[in-house]
Amino acid sequence: MGLTVAFWALAVVAVLSALGVVLLRNVFRAALSLILCFLTVAGIYVTLSADFLAAIQILVYVGAISVLIILAIMMTRDVHRGSPANRLQIPALVVAVLFLEVLVLAVINTPWQISNTPALTPTTAPLAIKLFGEGGFILPVEIAAVLLLSAIVGAIVLAREK
Amino acid sequence: MNLTLFIPELTLTVFAILVILLDLFVRQKRVLAQVSISGLVIAGVITIAMWGNSFPAIFNNMLAVDNFALFFKLIFLAVAFLVILASVDYTSRFARFQGEYYALVLLSTLGMMLMAGAADLITLYISLELTSISLYALVGFLKDGKSTEASLKYLLLGAISSAVLLYGMALIFGFTGKTQLGEIAMVIQTMPAQTLLASPALILGMVLLIAGFGFKIAAVPFQMWVPDVYEGAPTPITAYLSVASKAAGFAIILRVFFSAFGQPEWLSLNWGMIFAVLAAIGMTLGNIMAIPQTNIKRLLGYSSIAQAGYLLIGLAAMGFSAGADTAGRSGILFFLASYVFTNMGVFIAIIAISTKLNSDQIEDYAGMGKRTPLVALALTLGLISLIGMPPAAGFMAKFYIFSAAVQHNLLWLVIIAVINSVISAYYYLRVVKVMWLGKPASEEKISQSGTLKLALVLASLGILLLGILPGYVMRLAEFAANMRLY
Repeated sequence: MGLTVAFWALAVVAVLSALGVVLLRNVFRAALSLILCFLTVAGIYVTLSADFLAAIQILVYVGAISVLIILAIMMTRDVHRGSPANRLQIPALVVAVLFLEVLVLAVINTPWQISNTPALTPTTAPLAIKLFGEGGFILPVEIAAVLLLSAIVGAIVLAREK
Repeated sequence: MNLTLFIPELTLTVFAILVILLDLFVRQKRVLAQVSISGLVIAGVITIAMWGNSFPAIFNNMLAVDNFALFFKLIFLAVAFLVILASVDYTSRFARFQGEYYALVLLSTLGMMLMAGAADLITLYISLELTSISLYALVGFLKDGKSTEASLKYLLLGAISSAVLLYGMALIFGFTGKTQLGEIAMVIQTMPAQTLLASPALILGMVLLIAGFGFKIAAVPFQMWVPDVYEGAPTPITAYLSVASKAAGFAIILRVFFSAFGQPEWLSLNWGMIFAVLAAIGMTLGNIMAIPQTNIKRLLGYSSIAQAGYLLIGLAAMGFSAGADTAGRSGILFFLASYVFTNMGVFIAIIAISTKLNSDQIEDYAGMGKRTPLVALALTLGLISLIGMPPAAGFMAKFYIFSAAVQHNLLWLVIIAVINSVISAYYYLRVVKVMWLGKPASEEKISQSGTLKLALVLASLGILLLGILPGYVMRLAEFAANMRLY
């Protein structure tokens, strides 16, 4: 019961803050709203017994990525003008609402299979075994390393003096 | 697990890192191109040596090493080889950053090779991101206004398509509880028909996957990035995008939809119909939008949208046959092989002409038949192949795909495709006409470097070989089309 209440409270805040990111004209406020959204998502992970994921969400998203976004905003000129309006607002709204409706209907009408096994706590050790152990997801982990290498090389190239 | 089956990918990784390290010490940057090419050749030779055997999947069924994957790996290695050959002169524009350029080309090739083998949604997604991130940087490599705009548009739209793809994967995972394609298929096939029919989430997940992959292959309506990105990117990278990135997209669509959603029949009929509609819209829109273009790279951008439409006919045929026969699949493989040589040939010719003229405008191509006859001849051959006229490879490619579609009651789609081929002849032949009959701006001959000529000759030979002797490659394609199911 307590979990359900917590979930709905977090979900409402998450959706409202996500709307704030899109609707707020001031880019800086939108960024703050985004951080709130990250935080509430971390809370939702906690209600789902995904403790490790919640911690990582706070470390990476609320910690690192938010700082990066705010730094980028402060270093950019023309921020005081805010995000410009454009002509496609109404069509975008219509498409978004339709898409939302399709998603909600699809999710509600599908007979999902619900697992009966109790949730693991804590999840850190089983996750590590799944990632690095025998028969686990070691290949994607290694590809992610190469991905980071290519991202760094790409960033150096794009940030060079012309 | 047998790590020897992973050697082509490991070789490419080692060579990419080697290029980055050598870049620090080597003054003569041409060496880096040679190192990259030798890496591609070694990986290619090993891949060829593995051909024909039936290997089990490696990394806990996450990476398939079947002939289907090997076929695509060879395509990617061949394209990267031609792209690097064609880049040697072009890279003088960013002299100090050649090492990064070659390294990123190798890394994105690595990503595509992994995509070709990926048999697990997580592996598939992360190798797709490896490819995309390298390509975003490569598109913006020139750092001028157009190149940066292209890179930014590609990045933003690419990020959205990745999000859509992930949402689709999340729905599929939520529905089946599996990420491995074979296990997904197992869950779907053992489910009672009533439960499946009452599960819109499965269909929605599939539609979102199609949207995410559709971005990669530039299928309408996910094609809006194509003209701007093709125009702004460095021309060798445009060639790379138009061929390798598209082939990689088709590789994953083929594997995911064939192995995970191939059965039961009503499911494959459903996605077959989606692909058929996308094919019809794609061909028509691509060809009609190509007509008014004056910039040759934009023209080829729209042309590649149309070509993706023809390829989608093969996917539709695959859906309508419920995986029963291989005609649709082998048709797509043959079309992709011929498209590699054709589009590479066309783009290498454009690199040869445009870098000398410093212009991508079609009207500036006037008189190229007199000023640089060899290049003009190769470009003409490539354009003829894109129309689909004999003796070029494009004719046989269209023939195989159209006949596969006719076998599976998709005659209406083939009729649309044939009408489209006629429309496309108009704008392709306009370029040919300007080149051979237009009045040259100056009589001065244009000379080309040896590497560019080599790349051009290789591509042209490929077009003719596949056009005149299609049987051999078709047998390879039929052999490769038998994907292993896991």
